[in-house]
Amino acid sequence: MTKKILAYIDHFHGKVQPSSWEALGVAKEMAADSGGEAAALVLGEGLEKVAASAFQYGADQVLVADDPILKDFRPEPLADMVKQAAEKYEPDVIIFPTTTRGRILAAMAAVDLDSGVMVDVIDLDWSGDQIVATRPIYAGKLLAKLVCSTKPQVITIRTRAFAKPEPDPGRSGTPIQLEVSLDPDGISTSIASMEEKTEGVSLNDAVVIVSGGRGVALNPCLDPPDDLSEADTEIWKAKKGFELIEDLAGTLGAAVGASRASVDAGYIDYDHQVGQTGKVVSPDLYIACGISGAIQHLAGMRSSKVIVAINKDPDAPIFKFARFGVVDDMHAVLPPLTAELKAYLES
Amino acid sequence: MKIIVCVKQVPDTAATMTVEDGVINWGDAPLIINPWDEYAVEAALNLTADQGGEVTALCLGKEGETEAIKHALAMGVDTAVMVSDPDLKGADNVAVSKVLAAAIEKIGGADLALFGQQSVDSDTGLLPPQVARYLGWPSLTLVSSFESVDPGVGKIRVLRTMEEGGQVVDSALPAVISVSKDYGEPRYPSFMGIRKASKAEFPVWSLADLDLEAPSSSVSWPEVREPAQKEIITEIIAGDSPEEKAKSLVEKMIAEKVL
Repeated sequence: MTKKILAYIDHFHGKVQPSSWEALGVAKEMAADSGGEAAALVLGEGLEKVAASAFQYGADQVLVADDPILKDFRPEPLADMVKQAAEKYEPDVIIFPTTTRGRILAAMAAVDLDSGVMVDVIDLDWSGDQIVATRPIYAGKLLAKLVCSTKPQVITIRTRAFAKPEPDPGRSGTPIQLEVSLDPDGISTSIASMEEKTEGVSLNDAVVIVSGGRGVALNPCLDPPDDLSEADTEIWKAKKGFELIEDLAGTLGAAVGASRASVDAGYIDYDHQVGQTGKVVSPDLYIACGISGAIQHLAGMRSSKVIVAINKDPDAPIFKFARFGVVDDMHAVLPPLTAELKAYLES
Repeated sequence: MKIIVCVKQVPDTAATMTVEDGVINWGDAPLIINPWDEYAVEAALNLTADQGGEVTALCLGKEGETEAIKHALAMGVDTAVMVSDPDLKGADNVAVSKVLAAAIEKIGGADLALFGQQSVDSDTGLLPPQVARYLGWPSLTLVSSFESVDPGVGKIRVLRTMEEGGQVVDSALPAVISVSKDYGEPRYPSFMGIRKASKAEFPVWSLADLDLEAPSSSVSWPEVREPAQKEIITEIIAGDSPEEKAKSLVEKMIAEKVL
């Protein structure tokens, strides 16, 4: 039976979250195997470029709702438009990227369309009668297989779990415009202001992550200012430790991660926490510095393709999960490691 | 103001999880309140300390799964309600959110329904927006700070987090909010609180009490398994100095095409 698959293209003010193209890639493959078609759904304001990109990334159709009322991220009007698009296009499956917005809108779509949602899936098998989704639970300590018995099946795919299609610059098309007839007075939220983040690579999208643990504050060679309290001295040392991690991350174009211990100790913002109560990541390369490897941290990073551990304690559990281990003080290893890598990458 | 905070009981995050005959097993690990829910309880207590009012903890779970409610009571919430029914076995998140929305209405509504950002067992983060949809309330997720709250005129201003940064949002009340870890450290239960919680009584509502039929679930979980253990051969990098080890590590990484 031919299938219509709708992929939600998540963007903020026209800047697309890269995992949206992964969602479109899955939609294309799923549609192709059934002789059906893949459509992209783009909601917001000023969407010509995003719609054009969606054609280049392979969408057969692009559904667009372009209206100032949809400009900012307000879940309610956007969810109303997802529902309207689904009722018009009648997809068998709707695929969202598991971004902050994608997760919320998928959750709401399942309620609005009287169906079900399978969230943050890492594998999809549509070779049989029904789509079987695999998703990690307990932060990846276990895997669950899920099926959804109603239509449309709403799915969110984990970032970097599926291949991103190659865009074809020669591909183009004419989007289908959806009618936007939302009542502005019916929307009970408004955006007062936005503080945009300026810092580097996000953990979820990162190909390489360099992480620091408790060890970042344990450099014996530092000479902290005398006037600091004991607690402030520890933070001061930790910041110096994270500077070494940032240098390495900068060289590799990597994101900076952290263990819960280092976040709870105040060494770095929670935004960087990897683990069961932080972010679950699976980069190609994960370099753990001064991290012992608590089970909660391992749950958040052990699906990384290659793990490198640098820790002066030879018995640290992290070494059991590492492809390469360096038993030494991270403060002594990181500067020459960064220099060696820089020399290699520049050669 | 009136706040309902939804909490869930989960196995401790330090637990080693296994599957035996298709059943999830966490050994002798203790059961705890979902760690993310503690931030929601903390926010609820701070908001009512400022504004006056009452906090009710709401928990859906199997009979006797009272750890989350007990912890919330020990932290200082005023009252609690448990929803439990054998017909909720295997309920998916859409079904659970429908039941929670009905329970929130039976409690008599609230100015705010607070959640943790997700649970550490199923890791979905779907319930806050879904409950909001059933209630017809706005949904504000991953809120790290409450800038201003005025239950009198029914308005709230919060800071929520997205990939691109923080967004300050004005919303009408009532609203559903999920609280992120950035909110700030939750308090430890006091000795008096723990004593009070151990003696507290709270109603346990069935689906019939909520005037609900057993909700149908679209999503089922036919299989749960342990992930295949990757065979990892760890190579400890040899060298007489940190410099030598760094050099050798880079060579190995190049040879393994990691870079």
